[in-house]
Amino acid sequence: MNQQTADISAHHALAHAEATLLAPGGLSLASLDAGLEHALGPGVDFADLYFQRSWQESWVLEDGEVKDASYDIDGGVGVRAMAGDKTGFAYSNQIHAEALAETGKTASGIARRGERLKAAPCVAGRAQDRYAGIDPLSGLSVEDKIAMLKEADRVARASDPAVNQVSASLSGVYEVILVRASDGTLAADIRPLVRLNVSVILVRNGRRERGSAGGGGRFAMSRLRDEKAAERYAREAVRQAQVNLEAVDAPAGQMPVVLGPGWPGILLHEAVGHGLEGDFNRKGSSTFAGRMGERVAAPGVTVVDDATLPDRRGSMTVDDEGTPGGYTPLIEDGILTGYMQDKLNARLMGMAPTGNARRESYAHMPMPRMTNTYMLAGQDDPDEILKSVKRGIYAVSFSGGQVDITSGKFVFAASEAYLIEDGRITAPVKGATLIGSGPEAMGRVSMIGHDLELDAGIGVCGKEGQGVPVGVGQPTLKLDELTVGGTQS
Amino acid sequence: MTQAFDAETQQAALETRVQQALDQARQLGADACEVGASVDQGMGINVRQGDVESVELSRDQGFAITVYVGKRKGTASSSDTGEASVRAAVEKAMDIARYTGEDAAAGLAPADLMAQHFPDLDVHHPWALSTDEAIEIALACEQAGRQVEGITNSDGASLSSGEGVRVYGNSHGFLGGQCGSRHSLSCMLIAGSGAGMQRDYDYSSERDPRALASPESIGARAAERTLRRLGAKRPATGRMPVMFEPTLAAGLIGHFLSAIAGGSLYRQSSFLCDRLGETLFPDWFTLGERPLERGAMASSPFDNDGVYTRDNVFVAQGRVASYMLSAYSARRLNMETTGNAGGARNIRLDVPLASFEELLSRMDRGVLVTELMGQGVNGVTGDYSRGAAGFWVENGKIQYPVEEFTIAGNLESMFKGLVGVGDDIDTRGSIHTGSWLVNEMTVAGGQ
Repeated sequence: MNQQTADISAHHALAHAEATLLAPGGLSLASLDAGLEHALGPGVDFADLYFQRSWQESWVLEDGEVKDASYDIDGGVGVRAMAGDKTGFAYSNQIHAEALAETGKTASGIARRGERLKAAPCVAGRAQDRYAGIDPLSGLSVEDKIAMLKEADRVARASDPAVNQVSASLSGVYEVILVRASDGTLAADIRPLVRLNVSVILVRNGRRERGSAGGGGRFAMSRLRDEKAAERYAREAVRQAQVNLEAVDAPAGQMPVVLGPGWPGILLHEAVGHGLEGDFNRKGSSTFAGRMGERVAAPGVTVVDDATLPDRRGSMTVDDEGTPGGYTPLIEDGILTGYMQDKLNARLMGMAPTGNARRESYAHMPMPRMTNTYMLAGQDDPDEILKSVKRGIYAVSFSGGQVDITSGKFVFAASEAYLIEDGRITAPVKGATLIGSGPEAMGRVSMIGHDLELDAGIGVCGKEGQGVPVGVGQPTLKLDELTVGGTQS
Repeated sequence: MTQAFDAETQQAALETRVQQALDQARQLGADACEVGASVDQGMGINVRQGDVESVELSRDQGFAITVYVGKRKGTASSSDTGEASVRAAVEKAMDIARYTGEDAAAGLAPADLMAQHFPDLDVHHPWALSTDEAIEIALACEQAGRQVEGITNSDGASLSSGEGVRVYGNSHGFLGGQCGSRHSLSCMLIAGSGAGMQRDYDYSSERDPRALASPESIGARAAERTLRRLGAKRPATGRMPVMFEPTLAAGLIGHFLSAIAGGSLYRQSSFLCDRLGETLFPDWFTLGERPLERGAMASSPFDNDGVYTRDNVFVAQGRVASYMLSAYSARRLNMETTGNAGGARNIRLDVPLASFEELLSRMDRGVLVTELMGQGVNGVTGDYSRGAAGFWVENGKIQYPVEEFTIAGNLESMFKGLVGVGDDIDTRGSIHTGSWLVNEMTVAGGQ
């Protein structure tokens, strides 16, 4: 996209946000300066207004019928006032002049003495669109949405008589945001987000196992239909459950681990991603604090956070402070080169914001957060990687992970994994948890596949109680040693 | 920075709105309908390194309506309880109900089960606290921790104080409301440096602010918990007994409750399907709920269906005595609701208690787990494998801290293998229990 079309779509987003968010309450873009003034109390050196409205629907199929459906409307304005490293925050689910005055005054109470600053004249941000500014819920009839879920049910039940339960859900959010900050920022974004999930229970010989699959991104729901997502995820969920029905107990102890491409990139999200968020490093609470320019991973390991990927779940045209979404190298060839920053932490650390400020909603304060985090492809052939392992684990899907950023210890729980014996994939093993220490584990990456994949679009990242959609990805990877938490010691 | 909150006025306003929504839904053709609405207000203070980091004033509203047209249903919700938003939500719910499929189990709970009595459960204790006072308390808490020798950094102290109202009504004519409050103070500290850095925390959380632990004791306890983790090693891999600290033992009870929850059972996604009456725990173990306990975290006279709550016993002398059902899940299972729409309320154990030291001594050699990480619990099979940190125990005594290991087993064998429960009962959440000693699990650590 060239600069001219970027300007046109930014203008479209602003006009749309003004009409959707501001006009109903009698406000306009021009009136926001007055709103900002309330937050710019004595001693306040930065303030911003974040307007948001979201429309969400979800359809859930169980027992072959869509029996549950819901629709949710949320919206309001969040106001921040900052003085140095202090933040005052208030919000309202009403968007009108009175609410701006009340929340602005409340937030500005964080500082009580000092100069009263004027907001800088606003400069509409220029950011390239990373997805179409559309309402993803329209363009597909209710009948079509229901038909998609019924198709998932039909395909799942037809693929194996052991299928006992099928649940499928389709959800979409249409969100419009607008940011006006005292540093001159004015930006708007229209963010579609859709997701389809299929989960099955198979029962065979008295044994019961679950399988699930799903995906989505920032695009119209109709794309899920056009790409036959229901059929694909139904088959994938049944396949995973079939594998798990055959699974044996996982081994316990230290051994080589090969991670498949795509969703296992959750390793990077936990092992390094959180530890490279600006706030933890400014506060010195991350195991990566003060290690800029040092080796924190094996040579060949390059990890980036990338909000610019088209239509991805974690992508952002602008972040929640109005900074354009960026491509931020975090680790290059094993050397720590970058942190993810919002405005506050960037300013306090003397760095530039990287477009990583995110918030769950207007009712939450923004923080440095990941977008799409992945490792770039290496040179190795995935088959050769498996062949190099005498005895170990090959994990291809995970149910989630967690990290203690201070000690660097991370875990992630496998939902589909296999034994590797003499270079060959053999028996599937029951969900083992893998545990390691971030920098140590990254130092043990010995082979990197040429098969970079991104996940299908299902990730939700939680931090300090706030959930945001994220993406992960990686090529096939070999870690020479990781602890596998099975039961067979 | 203070905001006024008159809970009684808010409750009356919400009740009016709920009644209006129910009336509107009936006018639009709903055969039955139910509405939940809430307003919450609070303050959150974070301090770090002896200074204020953030002050947050929150006020949240929520409103959700479910309508039933024949055996079809539709749900809509909004963060605005204003008249126009409520009306729009009612219309949207009716619209959705045109498309959903028929569900023989859909509908309200039986009218004769609606709660009739609404005793004061002593759960609403507003805290008239100014922002400045709140900051002082948080600062005192953090300072008490930071001044302890060996503490090198701080993740700060937080105080949150909030109160709210929730109202539920349905077309049986039921309308119930309850005001409640919750106040918490916490502190998280860091010790050591570089690769040897550790953090831990302590907190207090109460309905009544007067019952909160002192800021000084929370800070000191956070420091103690952090310092004792320094110099952690990896435990050897092998099978051994595992002891769970009270908060983590409460998590195990949580896994059991999920497995006997109606939603997991009718979806066939529980390892306890068709296990009613079977022995799951040792015969000395009894577990139930006390939804009407005064002042407790989860007390309520009615559940999310409006059904009266009662003292259910879920495990009696080791046997699964009752499932945990809502009106809907009960119909799916051809059973009666147990008044558990929305979950369990105030879980209490009726078991013989041993001192913490006695449990350690009974364990002799194994790990005491003080932190668990990750999602490795499979509710369908009961398979359990989670990351952990804690202490190595030998000769019945704590020897040194351990980290970067997993503990694995199966919930069923862990429950059966429960050896004892400690008298170190944690009363901060809605599940009250002491430490648990489990006879054997697989620990995966070093060589």
